[in-house]
Amino acid sequence: MSGTSTPTSGVTAAPSVRKEGAPPRGGTGGGRRRRDFTTRRGLVVAAFMAPAAVFVALFTYYPMIAGSQMAFRNWNLTDLTDTSWVGFKNFREVFTDPAWGTVLGNTALWVVGSIVPQLVIGFALALWLRRRFRLRGLYQALIFFPWAISGFLIGILFRWMFNSEFGVVNDLLQKAGLIDEPVAWLADPDTAMIAVLVANVWYGVTFFAIMILAALQSIPDELYEAAALDGAGKARTLFRITIPYIRVTLVLTVLLRVIWIFNFPDLIFGMTGGGPNDETHIVTTWMIKITQQGDYGKASALGLLVVAVLLVFATFFLTATRERGGGRRGAGRGGKRGVRA
Amino acid sequence: MIGKETTAGRAAKFTFLGLWLVFSLFPLYWITVTSLKDPGDIFSFPISYWPENFSLENYQGLFGKADFGTYLVNSLVVSAVAGAVATAISTLSAYVLARFEFRSKSALLMAFLVTQMIPSFIALGPLYLLMTDLQLVDNRLGLMLVYIAVCIPFCTVMLRGFFENVPDALEEAAMIDGLSRLGALIKVLLPVMRPGIVAAFIFNFVNCWNELFLSVTLMNSDENKTVPTALNGFISSFNIDWGSMSAAAVLTILPTMVLFAFASRHIVQGLTAGAVKG
Repeated sequence: MSGTSTPTSGVTAAPSVRKEGAPPRGGTGGGRRRRDFTTRRGLVVAAFMAPAAVFVALFTYYPMIAGSQMAFRNWNLTDLTDTSWVGFKNFREVFTDPAWGTVLGNTALWVVGSIVPQLVIGFALALWLRRRFRLRGLYQALIFFPWAISGFLIGILFRWMFNSEFGVVNDLLQKAGLIDEPVAWLADPDTAMIAVLVANVWYGVTFFAIMILAALQSIPDELYEAAALDGAGKARTLFRITIPYIRVTLVLTVLLRVIWIFNFPDLIFGMTGGGPNDETHIVTTWMIKITQQGDYGKASALGLLVVAVLLVFATFFLTATRERGGGRRGAGRGGKRGVRA
Repeated sequence: MIGKETTAGRAAKFTFLGLWLVFSLFPLYWITVTSLKDPGDIFSFPISYWPENFSLENYQGLFGKADFGTYLVNSLVVSAVAGAVATAISTLSAYVLARFEFRSKSALLMAFLVTQMIPSFIALGPLYLLMTDLQLVDNRLGLMLVYIAVCIPFCTVMLRGFFENVPDALEEAAMIDGLSRLGALIKVLLPVMRPGIVAAFIFNFVNCWNELFLSVTLMNSDENKTVPTALNGFISSFNIDWGSMSAAAVLTILPTMVLFAFASRHIVQGLTAGAVKG
């Protein structure tokens, strides 16, 4: 079990070399003193790492690993008399569930429909925030506020705004003459999906804006000056200089957000609860619902599927991270200091 | 772009920025206005965009009939303790990961990173069973322990970035002067890194404060509920009382907004450094 192996592996990792090559301390330290010093370093590493490793192993990895075997068992809280091994029955139940197709379609729509507007609007904001103007700092602080709110509460805020009778969205759209009758947004699966996407775009644009702005600020002005001398227009400059230069940051940010949005049931949970009739569930909200119903076997099967998909994405992501090794020109400040694996 | 701006370009830019600002702030404005309306006015036509009959009744109701004060205290205690402990533990691990090379380092980093890709709610069921075995279900200490584990990986990655910005010479000098490694860390490094550590704590606190699924699963008695669990109870009822709901939402959002405003610069730095939001 990883619960005990992680911290001990820290202990056995005694010979810890100093980062930038161990300087010869005192010059004539001699072998004995040197060894003493390195084992002490090993102890420091083990002692300092142990608490973090124990917590993560016990409360994060242990349930995950223990849970994965439930996927192959008949494990239902409502009836614990029979927890026998059932092979792939739970997986079959997932795939043959009438909701499965809808859930998959919604998940794809949720990821793509959130990412694309977030990226486009976030990019535009970053471009426009690049040049200093008065109160720019205040502006950035204000548009950062949605980030302080939990996805669940955002769901609740938008649930109220999209309320069919007393919702402010209907009122504004009617005042603008865009609709004649109030729309029961959250009562119809199609409009409900639009509503949750609007909420998620509202929430996620800031992250893109921040990451892209950081990358934009790493582009040297000379490139733009040269482009201007060559008579390049705005569109040409954007596609020939700006986008290629921050390409790596863009790719990494998008990949990271795909993983994160895929994993983000909170907003839908708060806004529609997966309804009406379970038609706005994404994979993760559906999994939570099944867990709450006590069918841990089926929920674990779904969990394993999620983990499998995420591992593929994560591998893809980390490979992309590694590709931009030292001195690559594309990495902006935001990108260069991305996840260091 | 960085070239010359035309007047029309400027006008377009500020129009767009202005519209986005309005769109960004409107939901917050709206929930606040709703919470300050007289409960009867919330469900009346035409919809008013200002609390015509300003009233604190929604707030009073929360503390009278719903016992919201208990939930706030629970959330505050759990988030503050878990956030602080996670920050302390992560400071140690981040320090080691920033300053030492050792064989299992990349494996440990990978193990932390994977937890950021795989959501904490993936193993809700097994976690519930584990906590039952430990007799920590419906127990604030139990929730704290789980939250500490959830916070540690990202917090470690974030703090490691901050440590790497501080030269090693600092603690080496202190150790030559006779301080132990832990002593040098506490007396010399931590004061230098205080802004980063405060930001890490705030980030942890806000994450715990906002966490829903673990607390819904693990806490069930009314006296132990955290705010998100209580809000989940509010929306699960057949008829949502939007008056108390909006007041509760405002009270939940307010502390996190204040904290974020306070530390947003460092959090942005941590985000672009760690690049993963936990």
